[in-house]
Amino acid sequence: MPESSLVKDGRSSSVEYGASPLRQFSQSSLLLHRNSYMLGTFCTEHNVQQCLSHINQEISSLGLPPVWTESGNSSELNIVAVLNCMYDLIQLHRRGLRTLESMEVEQLKSSSNIDHLQLTITRLKEQLELSKRENTGLLERERQLQLKAKSLQSCLKNEKEEVQKLQNIIASRASQYNHEMKRKEREFNKLKERLNQLLVDKKEKKQAIDVLNNIGRADGKRSLWKTEKTEAKHEGEMYKTLLSDYDARQRELVLENAELRKVLQQMKKDMVSILSSRKPAVKSDKPEHSGVQARSEEEEEEVFDSSKESVELYCVHAREKLTNSIRLQWRRLKSHVERLDSQASLVQMVESKDTDAVPQETQEEEMDRLKLEIQQCKDFIQTQQQLLQQQLSSPCDEETASLLSNCYMLQEKERLGEEWKTLEEQRKIFERERKNFTEAAIRLSHERKAFEEDRATWLKHQFLNLSPFADSKKTPLLKSKSAFLISAETEAPEKLIKCHSDTASPTPRCVPLASASTADLYRTLCLIPENSSVQPKTNGEHVEESSMFCGDVFVQHQQWEHSEDHTPSQEKNSSI
Amino acid sequence: MNFSEVFKQSNQLCKVSPDGKYLATCVQYRLVVRDVSTLQIMHLYTCLDQISHMEWSSDSLFILCAMYKRGLVQVWSLEQPDWHCKIDEGSIGLVSSRWSPDGRHILNTTEFHLRITVWSLCTKAVSYIKYPKACQKGIDFSRDGSYMALAERRDCKDFVSIFVCDDWHLLRHFETETQDLAGLEWSPNGCVLAVWDSCLEYKVLLYSLDGRLLSTYSAYEWSLGVKSVSWSPSSQFLAIGSYDEKVRIINHITWKKIAQFEHPATVESTKTVYKEVERRPAVGTDEMSLHNITTGSTLFNTQSKYEICSLPVQIPVVKPDPDRANPKIGVSVLAFSSDNHYLATKNGGFQVHSLNWHCSDNSLILLGKEQLCLCYMETDEEDK
Repeated sequence: MPESSLVKDGRSSSVEYGASPLRQFSQSSLLLHRNSYMLGTFCTEHNVQQCLSHINQEISSLGLPPVWTESGNSSELNIVAVLNCMYDLIQLHRRGLRTLESMEVEQLKSSSNIDHLQLTITRLKEQLELSKRENTGLLERERQLQLKAKSLQSCLKNEKEEVQKLQNIIASRASQYNHEMKRKEREFNKLKERLNQLLVDKKEKKQAIDVLNNIGRADGKRSLWKTEKTEAKHEGEMYKTLLSDYDARQRELVLENAELRKVLQQMKKDMVSILSSRKPAVKSDKPEHSGVQARSEEEEEEVFDSSKESVELYCVHAREKLTNSIRLQWRRLKSHVERLDSQASLVQMVESKDTDAVPQETQEEEMDRLKLEIQQCKDFIQTQQQLLQQQLSSPCDEETASLLSNCYMLQEKERLGEEWKTLEEQRKIFERERKNFTEAAIRLSHERKAFEEDRATWLKHQFLNLSPFADSKKTPLLKSKSAFLISAETEAPEKLIKCHSDTASPTPRCVPLASASTADLYRTLCLIPENSSVQPKTNGEHVEESSMFCGDVFVQHQQWEHSEDHTPSQEKNSSI
Repeated sequence: MNFSEVFKQSNQLCKVSPDGKYLATCVQYRLVVRDVSTLQIMHLYTCLDQISHMEWSSDSLFILCAMYKRGLVQVWSLEQPDWHCKIDEGSIGLVSSRWSPDGRHILNTTEFHLRITVWSLCTKAVSYIKYPKACQKGIDFSRDGSYMALAERRDCKDFVSIFVCDDWHLLRHFETETQDLAGLEWSPNGCVLAVWDSCLEYKVLLYSLDGRLLSTYSAYEWSLGVKSVSWSPSSQFLAIGSYDEKVRIINHITWKKIAQFEHPATVESTKTVYKEVERRPAVGTDEMSLHNITTGSTLFNTQSKYEICSLPVQIPVVKPDPDRANPKIGVSVLAFSSDNHYLATKNGGFQVHSLNWHCSDNSLILLGKEQLCLCYMETDEEDK
């Protein structure tokens, strides 16, 4: 009920207070309604006092005079105060509404202002953009125009310079022309004067030559009349000189051409060889080399052909072929070198371990090896130098120095000395023996003579006494024994010398006795050496030696007669 | 270097005979012939007037003395001093006179270059050649003396006539493509004739002996052109010195430029540069009397010292007056050494009159107005 009373009051108040604030009130009344709904449950019959006190508090907090005073225990409200309060409240409410309205209006205004401003901002931003773009465009244009202006200025300067130059040229030419003209005018004047003079001058001096006597021509020949033949001869001579000059020039050019051709061929060969030697290393790299290979094979054929073609190169086509092949090789070589360069640079920049790095690595290895070698050599040189220094600078006195200087050779010197001594002894022995032998030779020559005589008589005897008588034989044998010993002695020195010179081979020439008639002599005499060796001789060891020798000789001869055998020589050697 | 005593001469007419035995000098109107080794006077001849030009014949038997004012030429014989020959050109005047290569003909150029008269000393015959051109070098004999090239001008056009010196038979006569022919020169092998235009146009034309044009060479246009031309002794190169201070060398096979040498004011790239540092006359002490000074201070006593300058060297250049004609700039003298190794050039207005190589090519003589300089070349060294 208080709800409805309040509602009623609200309505009545709304009806009561006119239509003008009706709209607002209707709005606010709606609000109040809502509020009143909430506030409807504020006051009940039970909490009237509390509500009163509460409302009093609220009113006083709003600054209005209190509605209800607690002095009187009458629960009657001071209606005037309440009405006043209500009126105040309503005024307050209206004022609030008005401010609210005005604020709303202001807010609307400001929002519309904001919108407006935003619009203007966007518009202005666009304008700014536009103008910026225009500005850059204008700047660009200005720059271009400046450049153009500069170039035009330089053109202008050039043109001015050229104009100046041309003016100078014109000036110099003009001065030259003037000079020439003046000169010609002067000459013309001179001519005129001369002409006048000649016209006036009656006496005319003629040309004349006055020679004592004619002199011969320089080449001693008589001068010829001018005839067509001489003219033709002159023409001919002229052409001859020209032709000889052209000939000489052509010869020089041919030689030059041949040289150049040779050089080109050589170059081509070198290039082909270089490229073909690099081919195996390059083969593994890329497949595009297959084309190169095919071409290089062609080139190899060409190389072989061109060596035969030296004569045919005089033909234009062959020349072109040569130059084209050279160009091709050169291009290939160039591309190869470029590739190598790029490879090297790549490897320098990036340390990768693909096949491209192989050449680099080998290079490094090489370099290391070379460095090591250099170091070793240097060390070697150092040590040598040190040793040399030591040698030169070692402070020793003269004796030790002299000793030391010879110390390296000492052993060898001693050995040399010993050998020298032995050699000297041998030499002495040989000299002695030689002396002996020469004496023996002299003696033997005498004895030989005697022997020859003996022999002759013995042969005569033999011939005469062909009948075999044992007694008579003995006597010649005995006779001849000495004779034969003499012969052996005479031949021994020969043999000795010959043995020394040629010990290995049998020397059958020593005793030139190979006649059939003396075969008996040999056989019989074979027995003699044994006899002779037993018998004492007057000459002593010399004779023994010689007998030994002669024994060997005869053995040898026997052997030689029957068959060649090396054993005698060995026996001979051993005996010696 | 030893110098002989001083002999008088006039007009710088002092020539050694081609066979090297005699020295002829002209003193006013006298001709003095001396022996080269002893410098004793062998012959003395007297001419009718002051001698303007003197020339030995090629076989060293005759001497030509020309007196331009009187229009006379007198020829003297060395073998027979009594022999005389006088050529009088008469009213037509004489401008230049020279021997022919066989030493038996005299070519006289008349005044105004009206014609060239060829006098024969063997037959007393006369020939005339009309319209020779008056230019820097209008006449040239080939080295073996068989041909003569003569520049002519008719109808405002240049022509070249080639004569056979034997009998003065006209072999060829052709027009050249020059504006104003300035000179012509035979190559040493006698097969090519180089013809160049005046300095207003840079043009060098090469004609073969039979008159065909072989090639034209023109380095640039409009500026002043060729100043001097020289063949190398082997006829392989032609050196052209021009007013732009450069020497261009063209080769005989393609007639194209193969080398170009410049004469910059700052020398940077040569091997050695010699600079004359001192020139002090040998006047020593105060005790020198006047007599001593007059006898002592001759040309031979000024001493010069040369030092080697370090590169780059700035050469003092005198800028010539560009308004004058024939300015003193450009390469004016060229000289090849006889083994074709060296080329000596003179650029600018230096007071060097001639450059000559010694026949052994190891030294170069520079003749100036007042001094002479002998430059020895060592291997691997060059002089500037």
